[in-house]
Amino acid sequence: MDAERVTRTEVEDFLFHEAALLDGWDLDGWLGLLTEDAHYFVPSNDAPDGDPRATLYTIADDIYRIRGRVKRLGSREAHAEFPRSRTRRLISNVRIVARGTDHIDVRANFAVYRNRRNERIGLYVGEYRYRLAVTADGLRIAERRAVLDSEELGGLGSVAFIL
Amino acid sequence: MTSEPYIIDDRDRHVFRLNRRVLVDPDILERERRRIFDRAWIYVGHESEIAKPGDFRTRHVAGRPIIFCRDSHGSVRAYLNTCRHRAAMVCRERQGNASRFTCVYHGWNYAIDGRLIRVPGRESYGPAFREADFPLVDVPRLDSYRGFWFLAFGAVASPLAENLAGAREYIDLVVDQSPTGEMEIIAGTQEYDIRANWKLLVENSFDDYHLAATHSTYLEYMRDSGVNVTVPRGLLMPAHGIGKSLGNGHAVVDNINFRGRPVAAWIPLYGEEAKAEIAAIRAELVARLGEARAKRVADTNRNLVVFPNLVINDGSSVTVRTFVPVSVDRMRVTAWALGPKGESESARARRLDSFLTFYGPGGLATPDDVEALEMVQAGLSTCHEVPWSEMSRGMNKEGDQLNTDELHLRTFWRHWNALMTAA
Repeated sequence: MDAERVTRTEVEDFLFHEAALLDGWDLDGWLGLLTEDAHYFVPSNDAPDGDPRATLYTIADDIYRIRGRVKRLGSREAHAEFPRSRTRRLISNVRIVARGTDHIDVRANFAVYRNRRNERIGLYVGEYRYRLAVTADGLRIAERRAVLDSEELGGLGSVAFIL
Repeated sequence: MTSEPYIIDDRDRHVFRLNRRVLVDPDILERERRRIFDRAWIYVGHESEIAKPGDFRTRHVAGRPIIFCRDSHGSVRAYLNTCRHRAAMVCRERQGNASRFTCVYHGWNYAIDGRLIRVPGRESYGPAFREADFPLVDVPRLDSYRGFWFLAFGAVASPLAENLAGAREYIDLVVDQSPTGEMEIIAGTQEYDIRANWKLLVENSFDDYHLAATHSTYLEYMRDSGVNVTVPRGLLMPAHGIGKSLGNGHAVVDNINFRGRPVAAWIPLYGEEAKAEIAAIRAELVARLGEARAKRVADTNRNLVVFPNLVINDGSSVTVRTFVPVSVDRMRVTAWALGPKGESESARARRLDSFLTFYGPGGLATPDDVEALEMVQAGLSTCHEVPWSEMSRGMNKEGDQLNTDELHLRTFWRHWNALMTAA
């Protein structure tokens, strides 16, 4: 694959595949989409553009904590996600906003429905900001940032699943 | 209201029970608003959040919209956020720096020091109308302790410092980790709701009995990273951790640290490259505070509840958290990270990373607390059939109470009960 020539359709196929893995709770499969030094961020709602080294985030994981998070979510004792939520993510407005020599930067809108029992439906809306590594094996996630539009988490409560 | 008491507190028989109705009855919430939130010292904010003249933060405190700000003279103020004309909130932004607040409804304009300085169509008022009669209204009482500002609406029982009583020592332990003697709130706010009565988060914030059951996946993550987590089991034994009353409903759990502290106890998660800096931070503590005090600051974790709704947890990082009832079965939580002013870029990053491993709505532990509290609230709908909660852990013992006992919870409830039932 060549970072100069990746098409939006290829990016969409990749993001839709990722969404299917996450909604299907195939988190080990999802880990396979990440680079060895990937990061996963959810900024605090009131500081969406802050530097995670100087700003409190909701989630700021390096690959080590991403793997630990996935391991935790596989446990029946991850109480916030056991029983697991049912999630459904709608991804649209996919754009390649920059191209480097070996990566591309992508933005996409998301609406993620999180369903738990007793009509507890949370709607997480915002923008994904990806840095995707362009490798011989295809696209890989080097950085994944889910920026929420809501002014505060409020009734969404927590973000214990992979947003 | 029934004649059933809120608590049963029988020290001779070692029985402490909580009437579950106090967690579900809307009339009790209304009574709390009048008897607790309208009378106690309530946390507003930290002085670092309004460092410069004109800086402001808007908050909801004790059910009122508040402008917490620093005026043009550098004084900290807290105004009721309401126009003197016909009540609209005059400041709608979350935070900022302003020289004036202008009401969007009719354009009344206030200086940052509260003076009413412009009334559109001034000529339509009679001679009795004077701007000086209509400044923004300051909250009745405003005071601070080591950078933490509190307000009170009613006649308070005692001045702030006196009211804080034993909690002062625990605030001192937090602030003493700063070489400059000043701490600051770090940018980025975690705001989330829990579908549970607000008092359940008081209990949860320093309930060490729940650690093993609720947070096993967090403990496993720490163990995987090379931290010795056999200590939590040890905490069930005497001498590793205590819970204690600090007076006026304030209480604390005070533990030997096992899970690393940015100031200043290294764990493998910080990385080899952090060892030298952690050692330097520790050396500074020892030089400034002496060996014994340095150990006290660096080698203990302390979860402090300042009655009724401020929590300062000095553990794997420092979090300041306050929470307010939205309704009897829902609370709004606001949490911040606190760090030493002037901390290095790398130490600040480590502090935040350490914070997120445990704390907050995306942490590896807090979401499970949220789940637990929501399960409590759901379970409380049986309160007619199962009316009492059992909270007597540790009552049968003389002397120090363990952090896994429930003395500190009882401390909160006893003070709450006294305020709610006073003549």
